[in-house]
Formats: sequence, C-alpha cells, structure tokens
Amino acid sequence: MGFKNAPMTTVKPVEGKENLFSPEVRAEIDSWIAKYPEQWRQSAVMAALRIVQDANGGYLTEALMDQVAAYLDMPAIAVYEVATFYSMYELKPVGRHKVCVCTNVSCMVNGSDKIVDHMEQKLGIKLGETTEDGRYTLKEVECLGACGGAPMFQIGTKYYENLTPELVDSILDGLE
Amino acid sequence: MSEDQTVTIEVDGREIQAKAGQMLIDATDAAGINIPRFCYHKKLSVSANCRMCLVEVAKVPKPLPACATPVAEGMKVQTRSPLAIAAQKGTMEFLLINHPLDCPVCDQGGECELQDVALGYGDDVSRFVEGKRVVMDKEIGPLISTDLTRCIHCTRCVRFGAEIAGVRELGATGRGEHMTIGTYIEKSVDSELSGNMIDVCPVGSLTSKPFRFRARAWELIQRDAIAPHDAVGSNLHLHVRRNEVMRVHPKENDAVNECWISDRDRFSYTALNSAERLDTPLVKTRGEWKESGWHEALTRVASGLKEAGSDLGVLASPGCTVEELHLARKLANGLGSERIETRLRQGDFRTAAGAWLGQSVTDLERCSAALLIGSNVRKEQPIFGHRLRKAALEGCDVSFINPLELEMNYAARQIVTPPAAMAGEVAAVARAAGAAGPLIDQAEVTERHQAIAERLKAAPAATLLLGNLAQAHPDYAVLLTLASALAKATGAVLGQLPAGANSVGAQLVGAVGDGLDAMLAQPAKGYLLMGVEPGYDLWDPAAANAALTQSGFVVALSGFRSESLEAVADVILPVSAFAETSGTFVNAEGTWQSFAGAVSPKGETRPAWKVLRVLGNLLDLQGFDHDSSEEVLAEARQQAEGRQLDNAPADAVTECRLVDAALTRIGDVPIYAVDALVRHAAPLQKTRDAIAAAIYINESEAAKAGLTAGMQAAVTQNGTRVILPVTIDPNIPNGCVRIPAGVAGTEQLGGQFGEVTLEKA
Repeated sequence: MGFKNAPMTTVKPVEGKENLFSPEVRAEIDSWIAKYPEQWRQSAVMAALRIVQDANGGYLTEALMDQVAAYLDMPAIAVYEVATFYSMYELKPVGRHKVCVCTNVSCMVNGSDKIVDHMEQKLGIKLGETTEDGRYTLKEVECLGACGGAPMFQIGTKYYENLTPELVDSILDGLE
Repeated sequence: MSEDQTVTIEVDGREIQAKAGQMLIDATDAAGINIPRFCYHKKLSVSANCRMCLVEVAKVPKPLPACATPVAEGMKVQTRSPLAIAAQKGTMEFLLINHPLDCPVCDQGGECELQDVALGYGDDVSRFVEGKRVVMDKEIGPLISTDLTRCIHCTRCVRFGAEIAGVRELGATGRGEHMTIGTYIEKSVDSELSGNMIDVCPVGSLTSKPFRFRARAWELIQRDAIAPHDAVGSNLHLHVRRNEVMRVHPKENDAVNECWISDRDRFSYTALNSAERLDTPLVKTRGEWKESGWHEALTRVASGLKEAGSDLGVLASPGCTVEELHLARKLANGLGSERIETRLRQGDFRTAAGAWLGQSVTDLERCSAALLIGSNVRKEQPIFGHRLRKAALEGCDVSFINPLELEMNYAARQIVTPPAAMAGEVAAVARAAGAAGPLIDQAEVTERHQAIAERLKAAPAATLLLGNLAQAHPDYAVLLTLASALAKATGAVLGQLPAGANSVGAQLVGAVGDGLDAMLAQPAKGYLLMGVEPGYDLWDPAAANAALTQSGFVVALSGFRSESLEAVADVILPVSAFAETSGTFVNAEGTWQSFAGAVSPKGETRPAWKVLRVLGNLLDLQGFDHDSSEEVLAEARQQAEGRQLDNAPADAVTECRLVDAALTRIGDVPIYAVDALVRHAAPLQKTRDAIAAAIYINESEAAKAGLTAGMQAAVTQNGTRVILPVTIDPNIPNGCVRIPAGVAGTEQLGGQFGEVTLEKA
C-alpha cells in the first residue's frame, strides 16, 4: 500500500489541538478540513498553510509548519515538502505589500522588464528583496494566468493589469 | 477482472503470461526481459517519476512507463523499438544533466544502477554545457552519509521511509531544479531499518557511513551468512576483502527477511575489529590477568572443569550456534552435570514450554488480529515488527499489553500497565473471550478487553505473541498460562518471540535446563560461560556476579575483553565471533540455517566448537572426535529429531510473584544492547536507539521522589545502589521506573523486573 493511496498520517494524533493557533484561524482551517473525507484531514494542508501565513504577516516559520503538521496529524516533513514546493508560501519575512510581478512569456513580450526596472529603481531594491522600512517586497513569479492584461503584477489578492511605469507609481503610492 | 486471472501479452515478439492488473514491469521482470528503471522498486509503491522505463505499446501514440502501465489481454509491447529506445535515451540524457561525473570517488561506483544504465542508454558526450547544480550534503546520523548532488530524485528513500520503515523522516523539499532530499530541519534518520535506504538508493547519494571510502565494490567477495542478533534469522551477504568483513548486505529471502535487514544486522560487523576484541587466551594468576598460550590455558581449564565435575554449570548465550550448544551440553553431560541454560533473560522458570513463533514468519503478515504481550517487537525483532506492520496496514487489528507505552509506526491498541498488573489485563481479555480458571474468573473486564477478545475471536487468522518483556517478567509462567487459555478460547495461534538467534535451536539440542535460579542460587563449583558477559547478558546481574565470584572456577569463551567478565572469570578463551565461524541457527519459525565462516578467525581466536571439542578430548570424554562442524551438526540434528516445541505451558501457574510495589523497575534490553557484538559496534552506539543507562520516569512519579530531569539519583535494588541520571519519559506508567538492562551503568543491579527505591544522590 503506497502513501498515495492511503493517508500518511502520524500514528499518534497530537493532543491539545485546541491550544494551536487562534480560534479564528482554527475555525477557518476546520472549514477546509470539513470539505474532505474524514480520514483525509491532511488534504487541507495547502489551505491551512495559506491561512496561517496570512495570520502571521505573510510568511511561515518552522514552528508554524510544525503546528500545521500537528493540527492535521501529518508528519512534519510532509508539511515542509508542500511549503517549499509552492512559491506562494514564504519561508522568510516579507514586506507588508508583496508585489508579485510576472516575467513569463506574455508579460515579457509586453515589456515586463521595463516594469521591473522601474520598480527596482523606485524602491531601491532588487527582485527578491524587501525595502528597509518593510513596506514592499518585490518577487518575480511565473505566469499568473492573466496574459490578456500583460504586463501585470499581483499585490495581496488583487491583480493589476496593463501596467505602465506611471500606473505602477500610482498603485504603489496608493497603498498604505 | 479477478486478481488471479491471467492474460497473455506480447513483449518484443515473445508471448508471456501475466496476472491481470499486474504492472507491465512486473510481468517483464518475471519473464527475464530487462527494462531499465530507477524509481521503480518491487517492494515500494509506484511513483513513475524517473521515466526511465518508457516502452512502446501498440495503439498508444506515446511511450508509456512500464512500472505504471497495467497489463491487458493482447497488449503488444516493444521495449527496444526506435520509439522506446529514443524515449529511454532521452530520459537518460536528462537524468545525467545534473549528475556529477565523480564516479571515481563515489562509493557506489562499480555497483551503481545509474552507471550501469548509463552504459547502455547514455551518450558518450553530454550536450549540456551549462553549470551543474550542487546540493549541500546533510548530516542525517551515524549510519548513512549523504552526497545529495548525485541524487536523481527517484524518491525510493522517501517511499521506503513512509511505506516500510513507517516513519516519514526524509522528504523531497523544493521543486524543479531546487528539489532536494532531506529532513529540511537538522535531524537524524532514526528508523531501526534505516540502512535499507542505502540499498534502495540507485545512485551514490545515500551510502553507508561506516563503509565510506573503505573498499571498492569489485574488490569484495560475497559470502552468505545468517544474522546473529535476533530470532528472525535474516539472510545476509557478507562482503569480504583481504580476510576482513567490510560490510553486510541483505540476501533476499522472501520467506524470512524479504530484501530488508535491520540496522543491527547490517552494522554490527563493525565490532569485529574493535579494540576490545580478545585475540589471545587470558589466564588469571594470583589476581593478575596474563596473556597465555592456548595449551597452557586449555590445560588449566581442563583441570578446573575436572575439579568441578558434576557440579559444573554452563551458561551459554542464545546466540551460540547449534554446534556449540550441542558440544557444550555434551561436555557438561560427560562430566556428570545436567546444568546448562541458555534462557539467560527469562524471569520465571516455574513451568516448561517450548518457545517458538508458533507459525511461519510469513504467517505473521497474513494474520488478521494479533495481541502482543510484553513485546516491543519493533525494536526487539525489527523484521517481525515490519511483518506485523504489513499485516496492520492490510487491516490486521494489533493490540499490545505492555508495561510501557511504545512508539508505534502503525495504528495499534496499547494497554499500558505496571508489570504487576499485566497478568490481570491478560486475564481480563481471556475472561472476555469466555475462558475460565483462576485469575481469569476474578478479572475485571472493561470495554477494551472486550474489544480485543472479540477481534481475536472473529479473526480468521489470529495470533497471540509473547515478547521479550514477557519472558523477562517474574510471572512469565502466569502470563504464558493465561495466554494459553486465551488462545484456546479464541482459536488464536499461540507464539513467542524468542530473544536469541538460536533460542529455538538451543531448546532443540537440549541446551535448556531448570532455569537460572537452579544455576545461580547455590554457586556451582565451576562455571562455563559462552558468549556471556555476566553484567550485561543475564536477568539478574547481581545474583550472577555473586554466584560466579563464589564459584571455584569460571572459564569464559568470549569474543571480547570485558571488565564484567574479568571480574569473575579465571580463564578467558578467545573465540571466533560472527562471520569467523561456521555453524547453524534455528530461527523463530524453526528453520535450520547453516552458514560457513566468511573470514578466518581473528588473531589466536578459535571457533568455539573446536575449543569445546579439544576440551572434551583433554577431559578424556567419549565422542569428541568431530572433524568438521558438519559432523557436529549431523549429531545435533539426530539428537533434535522428533523434538517438537509447544508454546503451551506444561503446568498451569496462576500464582503471581511480582507484588505491587511503590516503584517497580522495568528493565528492558535496548535494541543495541542485546549481545556483546552489538554493544561493541561503535556506529550503532552513536544512534538515538542506543539507549543509555538512566532512570526513565514520568513527571508525576519524578515529582513524588523530588527528582527533575537531568538530576543524578540513586537507585537501590536488592541492596545494590547505583547512581544514574534522571530522564522524564511520559511513556512510563505510574508506579514504574524504566532502567534498561544490558547497558553500562546497570551491570551491578538486580533482576530486570523488581522493586526499586529512588532517592536524590
């Protein structure tokens, strides 16, 4: 029997799950667990990591990943695998506004390089860095599926499309 | 389509039969058609991630992975068509992109699956001119070294951990080019089966740390052997170079160990050349140990034994071979003594029973309900633990009644109770199952007893197993009586998990007597110790030391120098250890497995059977003129003929001796303390499973005694006082303290179970 066909849960469920996370975070994770069959609690791992990351100011720590593992009765390494695989999980602190700028084919053809240059100059940081005041993080990402509006970036849960340097200025300056 | 239906497929123009639903690669492997592969392993789940086994299937436009393609009637497969070869070569080229060209300094070089397949499918020149990736190596413990730059991400090690070892320690973190195998956080790999990851790794990414840079594969000669540390009888390949065992690999035997072995069997060879190996006879004269020649030492032994005469006691390790035990018994008989004992860790001899598995090894994984009494099977007999885990994953209901909570790698019901209450728990299950008798009638049945009894009764194949903790229990006879009643009431097979590699053989050749009490309560005039270190290998080291000190003459046959031995012995004869002697072990299921010596005896050591034969001659005893161990074996087999072991006790014993004390010791024998060879294996002693002598106690009991973690405390057992550190362990029940036996620091203490008192040191 492979661990793809059966849940690879820990043998001994962690006690005291009610002491992990805040009640709101727990309630949100529970709503995701409820979407899956009972023995497939671990299927909620991606949602749980996202919820925990949002509640922690945009990034995950080892301690938080361990707590997610405990909450879902998973081996910790299985949670690390998920968290390191997907680029939207952050394992180091990020700025208040994470600017995810697409540099994939469509955006590149439509001048994403110019957008990146402009932002790097404006904020004084390179891709993958965070401004000293902790306001912005610039992150290069792959296609976000908004090729029709290329070039584009994502901040928080919002897509900004058909970017020009002027538009970028007004968007970034308009953020709190 | 039912599972046993066969279908006919055509591979490379050849018709072969396959089971419906079987994967294509299984069918071709069975037919001897080779398809290259890396991630596929017959004992692991299919992941189909390496793509090396792509083959052409008629009417399918793209090549398919043979490991993940089920066979179907009339399927036409080409493994060497232009399409298949192009796909395989393409995969090979991608796999080699990031693989370093460091074969000359790689331990896997010469026995590497990647090297072999690259020879067949790789190009001579790489088209990849960019920089190769480099991955930092990780420290994952004393047994496995990592060279992760060589990893091709087949994930066999990850799947092994999840599916066979049952603990997910390794994982694949990151993705794409950044994917690496590791633990993510700094952590060691601690499974008792971890060494098998070295075998499943198709490249040199995970290699044996003790073997690292010590030899090349083509210098090694492969010889067969049988594992000497537990009653599984795992089949081994010893890899020998210039008369030295360089490493140990499993030899595949589906009836015993499949293709796995425990780390204990794999790495214990490192003790063969340890500094404590004894290679010349030692004789004590006026309290001083002196090296001596064999002749002088043997003459001294012969006169000592003659003096002891019929008052000779033989204590032999259950890891001695059939031949050694047969000759030892014969020697004692020749001198008029019937006193020989190999059940050195048994706590109760009030009834006689033949201890064996009661079924075949493969039956273990087919059982549908199992109750283990006093057993930490995962650490005591790791391969049996694995078989039971397989059963559990197939739905077997496994329960334990133990004096301490175990860390399990599958879901099992655990009843944890102080040692004195164990009999009551077994009695309660027996009562729930409808058995009657003393103890059973008074037992208090709760829901959990009812649940276990019901499952045992309902299961088409149920088994009851008594483990090493049960055998060491002072009320072993009671536990066995109750288990026997329970087995009768439920129709379950009664079995035992013997401790030593030859525990069953010892019983068959008559190397068991009336018990340790009979042997040690009254000191005998002379003792012969075989593979025994009194402080480590006996149930009650304090009693053993007392008896041996008072005895007139003690001769020890030992592979190692040992303070514990030197304190009590008069002569120590150096005997060949594992791999240096020929012999036979009878494993738990009763299979006789003989082996030849793989290397010649170290230094002046001699195989123990030869030493015993010479002693027989020196003592002018009849029937000691064997020319080979095969002759001894033939004689022993004759002796054993017709002897049947029966786990059911000869007499029903229902009187409990272990009373409920304020604090009872649980003296388990940790996995890497079972015999002298393992105790001297340095890499094993560095693992997390090498449990040190300490006072393991739960928080509330510690608080009662005013102790905290890390503090030194004094333990007193039968008047002997020992200072040990305190470790808080929530797995120990109230009223108990776990103080392991067989480890340095407890060699003066009393029995493995019994009343102890604690105080601040």
